[in-house]
Amino acid sequence: MKNLFDLDNKGLDIAWCPGCGNFGILKALKSALMKLKIQPESLVMVSGIGQAAKMPQYLKTNMFNGLHGRELPVATAIKVCNPDLTVIAEGGDGDMYGEGGNHFIHAIRRNPDITIIVHDNLVYGLTKGQASPTSQIGFQTPVQINGVILEPFNPLAVAIALNVSFVARSFIGDEEETVKILEEAIHHKGLALVDIFQPCVSFNKQNTYTWFKENTFYLNQHDFNDKLAAFEMAVKKDKYPLGIFYKQQGKKTFEESVKIYEKDQTAMINRRFDQEKIKKLIEAKK
Amino acid sequence: MNLTNNPEKNPGKNEQPISLVLCGEAGQGIQTVEGLLTRIFKLSGLNVYATKEYMSRVRGGSNSIQILISSRKILAPLNRIDILIPLDESAISHLKNRIGENTIILGEKEKILPDREILDIPFTQVAEDIGNQIFANIVAVGVIAGIFRINQGISLKCTKERFLLKGEKIIQGNTNAIKKGYEIASDLMDTGKTAQFFIPFDDSEHQVKEEIVLNGAEAVSLGAISGGCNFISAYPMSPSTGVLTFLSQHAEEFNLIAEQAEDEISAINMALGSWYAGARGMVTTSGGGLALMEEGVSLSGMLELPVVIHLAQRPGPATGLPTRTEQGDLELAVYCGHGEFPRIIFAPGGIQDMFYLTQQAFNLADKYQIPVFILTDEYLMDTYYNTSEFDLSAIKVKTYIHKTKKDYKRYLLSPNGISKRGIPGWGEGMVLVDSDEHDESGRITEDLYLRTKMVNKRLKKFEEIKKDAILPELIGSKDYKTLLVGWGSTYHILKEALKILNEDKVAILHFKQVFPLPDKTEYYLKKAEKLVIVENNATSQFSKILMLYTGIKIKHKILKYNGLPFFADELASQLGKIISGEENAQ
Repeated sequence: MKNLFDLDNKGLDIAWCPGCGNFGILKALKSALMKLKIQPESLVMVSGIGQAAKMPQYLKTNMFNGLHGRELPVATAIKVCNPDLTVIAEGGDGDMYGEGGNHFIHAIRRNPDITIIVHDNLVYGLTKGQASPTSQIGFQTPVQINGVILEPFNPLAVAIALNVSFVARSFIGDEEETVKILEEAIHHKGLALVDIFQPCVSFNKQNTYTWFKENTFYLNQHDFNDKLAAFEMAVKKDKYPLGIFYKQQGKKTFEESVKIYEKDQTAMINRRFDQEKIKKLIEAKK
Repeated sequence: MNLTNNPEKNPGKNEQPISLVLCGEAGQGIQTVEGLLTRIFKLSGLNVYATKEYMSRVRGGSNSIQILISSRKILAPLNRIDILIPLDESAISHLKNRIGENTIILGEKEKILPDREILDIPFTQVAEDIGNQIFANIVAVGVIAGIFRINQGISLKCTKERFLLKGEKIIQGNTNAIKKGYEIASDLMDTGKTAQFFIPFDDSEHQVKEEIVLNGAEAVSLGAISGGCNFISAYPMSPSTGVLTFLSQHAEEFNLIAEQAEDEISAINMALGSWYAGARGMVTTSGGGLALMEEGVSLSGMLELPVVIHLAQRPGPATGLPTRTEQGDLELAVYCGHGEFPRIIFAPGGIQDMFYLTQQAFNLADKYQIPVFILTDEYLMDTYYNTSEFDLSAIKVKTYIHKTKKDYKRYLLSPNGISKRGIPGWGEGMVLVDSDEHDESGRITEDLYLRTKMVNKRLKKFEEIKKDAILPELIGSKDYKTLLVGWGSTYHILKEALKILNEDKVAILHFKQVFPLPDKTEYYLKKAEKLVIVENNATSQFSKILMLYTGIKIKHKILKYNGLPFFADELASQLGKIISGEENAQ
């Protein structure tokens, strides 16, 4: 079947390294979008900078490729100005958890109905192999020559602590499961975070396909309505759980909390400007 | 008291304003006195102007408010103080350099322990006699209104309005306080202890009463709404916060989304996201905040997404003087953001400009798909006066968006550099915007031939922008020999200084668009024998820009950078010395 999100230009030169996990994520995302029957015209992909952030370049849809780490403020504003659009913010661990760390925290607090997809390869790719916020302690790089000494950032635990609406982790070695998780995440109302484990074949020789396979397992008999259980799973370090950790229905979204949408859901673009009201306000200053 | 305006002696001629200054700690109720007095004066048909200087603290400190009351509009601060109301011990020392021989000081000796002669009025005791010392400030209002011979009915009406929601007991107490104040004023005048400050004016057309009174933050906000602004994201920072506050409070009424962002970086990225999605967004910030937004400004240039940036300047570097004023961020506005791309920078001179230029900023940002700056400062934000009502029939919200077709290309090359701007979900096409260099469709490219074309496309818009540039305003003699050059908030101060100077062959050239420079700039500058620039900063940033784009160097500079605006009387005397050749300034 033809995927609506395939580019017309088949000969496009994709900038990723052969064997990169990004190819799998691209494929998984396109099939999740098709399964959800989302139209390319009504989807906006927002990204920052990094190898993962090049993703929207390779889909046929609306794209806002902005600044390093700044996709979440942009995605939030797009969604709140036009709630009819499906908005996905995508980037890597450096982009989303490092440069954009502050926005990550506050986007979760705001809870716009967007999906955040993070390609988590535990290393910086675009800048050639330095430590990322999720790099493991001891991981050696040309900059961290004696190995990483910082505690790795735990996006899932942070998100749960912030009462996130939906949070999951997948491993791109299992494309089928990744598609299912992405489908659920995009379909979920409220902010949904999907952290995708993905090997970097060029700069991370430690966290390889094999390593991820051996060090992950699927959550089993886990109640994703149970926040404390979710947190317990999120802080596990011996082996990393995959699947949906936590989700809650009915949490008010940012758009729903904005006063102007209370009675009228019309997107900003279709609202009209009323000069009479201004006249009254100015006259009140007499 | 040589400023006495006795109508019998001096019928209808005196144009001198009375300069009334209130000074005390934050939290002592100065605002109540100020708000009530300005309302009373204005409803009596007198022009009012109020400006304040204050410390960066919520309680305590020494803060002062100057109110000018006059028969003609005087819209500039004066160094001179005619009547001073000190509310605490430190007030007199705080203002010692501005208190002159003729300054009348009205206050409570016991409280303020003055080191000079004052008119001792026991406000607190009088208030206690009425029932509560909280009425002390209102007794003072009554005394001042009394010596200005304001109709007591107007003062009572304004007082009742002010305390309407406070309950009958408070209203009654305050009403009594006003009456008592008038009695005291009458005694003072009868015994010759003070002059009366009657200001004759022509009230036959009720002109002043029909005018609006607003401060800079309100003028910028109303201009924004009138420009179709329906999105604001900002991080609070003095002195720019008033705009965020105003728009937040009127958000529902005007279909507007107002969001306090986690930081300035988020704020500008949100504003860009809003324009992309079809809204009209703005940010409001000060120098430090704009420094954080810089990358976002550059993003606006690259994506060709409009954004309106209100920059209320305060003294820097770094956190500088948070509650003071300076024209110190002009160069920041001109050069902020990496790379080369066009922008417009407006520098309004007063309330009217702030309204109309902010309104226009939204249309021009949309038309040229660029960042447009409104450069104000603390002085403009915190100053208010009566001014004629805005003419809404003269303005229009102009939108320049395009409903897309299937084959839509966001960055289609065009002769004037402007490509039609589509909105996602509005039409059949796809809208791709890219911070990397991109092709016409908006996708990343490293085609260096195309790169050159795209740079030229973005810069070509400059030529169009220049056609829309607002010309500088020439005030005074057309065959001037000396030309005073200024921009932004010094507008009314320069005008008032020129009036005080009363010299022939002197004119002012005031710029309300400081970038790009309007075409006629060179013509005006070349005509002068002597050029004097007046700027509220230390390095004369605007003269550097004039030099760069016209090649004309301005030798005489009057610069003030202690955190206060120029005072018109002080500036007039500085200018006088330069014009006469007595002094060569800096």
